Amino acid sequence: MAMLSFEAKYRVRGGTLVGGDLFDFWVGPFYVGFFGVTTIFFTFLGTGLIFWGASLGDTWNIWKINIAPPDLKYGLGFAPLAEGGLWQLITICAIGAFASWALRQVEISRKLGMGLHIPVAFSFAIFAYVSLVVIRPLLMGAWGHGFPYGIFSHLDWVSNVGYQYLHFHYNPAHMIAVTFFFTTTLALSLHGALVLSATNPPKGEAVKTPEHENAFFRDIIGYSIGTIGIHRLGLFLALSAVFWSAVCIVISGPFWTLGWPEWWNWWLELPIWR
Amino acid sequence: MRSVSTCLTALVLGSALFLAGCERPPPAADQIGYRGTSMGSVTNPRTLEMREAANRPPEAQPAADPTGPRASTIYQNVQVLGDLSEGEFIRLMASMTEWMAPPDQSCGYCHNLENMADESKYQFRVARQMLVMTRSLNTDWKSHVGETGVTCYTCHRGNPQPQATFKLDPGPRGAGGFTASRQGQNFAARSVGSTSLPNDPFTQLLAYAGEIRVNTPTALAAGNPRTIQDAELTYSLMIHMSEGLGVNCTFCHNSQNFGAWNGPPQRATAFHGIRMVRDINTRHVQPLAAILPPERLGPEGDNAKVFCATCHQAQPKPMGGAPMLRDYPELGAPRPAP
Repeated sequence: MAMLSFEAKYRVRGGTLVGGDLFDFWVGPFYVGFFGVTTIFFTFLGTGLIFWGASLGDTWNIWKINIAPPDLKYGLGFAPLAEGGLWQLITICAIGAFASWALRQVEISRKLGMGLHIPVAFSFAIFAYVSLVVIRPLLMGAWGHGFPYGIFSHLDWVSNVGYQYLHFHYNPAHMIAVTFFFTTTLALSLHGALVLSATNPPKGEAVKTPEHENAFFRDIIGYSIGTIGIHRLGLFLALSAVFWSAVCIVISGPFWTLGWPEWWNWWLELPIWR
Repeated sequence: MRSVSTCLTALVLGSALFLAGCERPPPAADQIGYRGTSMGSVTNPRTLEMREAANRPPEAQPAADPTGPRASTIYQNVQVLGDLSEGEFIRLMASMTEWMAPPDQSCGYCHNLENMADESKYQFRVARQMLVMTRSLNTDWKSHVGETGVTCYTCHRGNPQPQATFKLDPGPRGAGGFTASRQGQNFAARSVGSTSLPNDPFTQLLAYAGEIRVNTPTALAAGNPRTIQDAELTYSLMIHMSEGLGVNCTFCHNSQNFGAWNGPPQRATAFHGIRMVRDINTRHVQPLAAILPPERLGPEGDNAKVFCATCHQAQPKPMGGAPMLRDYPELGAPRPAP
């Protein structure tokens, strides 16, 4: 694949976290690096295990393939491969691949002399996954509390887990997470619309500057967060959404076993009016 | 630096407050059905222990001699328990006193002590109907109570009136127009798990045979006459069943399809339980409103009716499934004299 003319000068050695110069090269457009190799390793191994798991099941229907975690009776131990052991290995591979990908982002950022915002942001997504399949199962005492790997099966799991707490919309962290998700889309749409409106003036007029963008928001709501600020806000909103999603499932079970509606009884029972 | 420590302090305080309203890990969990479906219960073992300790039946009176002449031939005006021996009859009367009567009133709570056969006290007539009901539950409703059976204590728990019951509750009066009725919503009633759902799904669904099922059996079906209000009423009743039994939705349902019967067998027991509660309310409890004094009636003039929590008291099986009928077979079907 062709390299862009200016790209060569950014392709410099160094900045690796482990292994020195080993794997410190590019293949076509892709930087390899030690963590590129581990990403490939875990990805292929994990995908292969998924195919193995699917072959043990009774269907090749893509929607219904299901690789389920072990029975609760295995607790935090290893389960036989065909009875959830594959799920455990696939989970290890998935975490290995995701973490490798984040560390590859770190290496590329270091090579380019950039901040580590990208790997930090991606780590939140990894944290959400790890919350579901490691942290919560550890707190509840069995790997069987992880979600199954399958399109329909994981949706059924989500539904049943929700109804185990009677009404999941009363989960306070779920409320916060949902609010952040919606606010993220609001902020992104406002930002996208603003940038496109500034760069698409009527025919014959010059493209507008950030000053126009600031002026628009100052006129309409009295305040403009600014060009850097909107990206800080966007990152904060998006990461908060992911973080509180992880919180809302980690507290369901380990820290609350009843219906979420009655969690709010602390409010009804405040000493000032109970 | 100061803002960082302020943030940290807020974070620590916030998390502490957040968790103060919560429980601590690890919970107890059991699995029903295939692994990875998340079917089964998640419970707090400490809460379960507390409930178990708070819900133990009293020790049964020593068994009575079943032989001898029948109560109906010895005492006057014995309409329900006439098939008992004298020993059994006296033992049951003593147990009923222990189970329900205020200690300072004892037998006199229901009986005119001058004439035990006198029906003038309303408590006497209520107790008679309740004995008819108890025998009916233990014989006609084995689909719900099984061989465990029920006695007066299953509901009464030492109180003259069962503590967990429902009466019509209109709530605060609304203004006119759109605010005339709030459909019983946003009262945070404990009987429906402090949700914003209607606070009284019971009158329609447990005191009358209102339709509980709201979903259509097919996808995107047209012409379902059920409304959102119907669905909320059903959800509210289901929340009550969960709270009343101390279980979650997956105890009876696979939420993938609430209406499907391929889930846990507990749903069948609950199905019969709903019909049993309706039978209790319509045939035995509601007719008593006519003979009750005003202080026993609610603001709308109806008497206290039963729902799931009346017996279950936040346990999947009342009193942890302790066999009630075993020690009091007198409350089952009438038996031939030995």
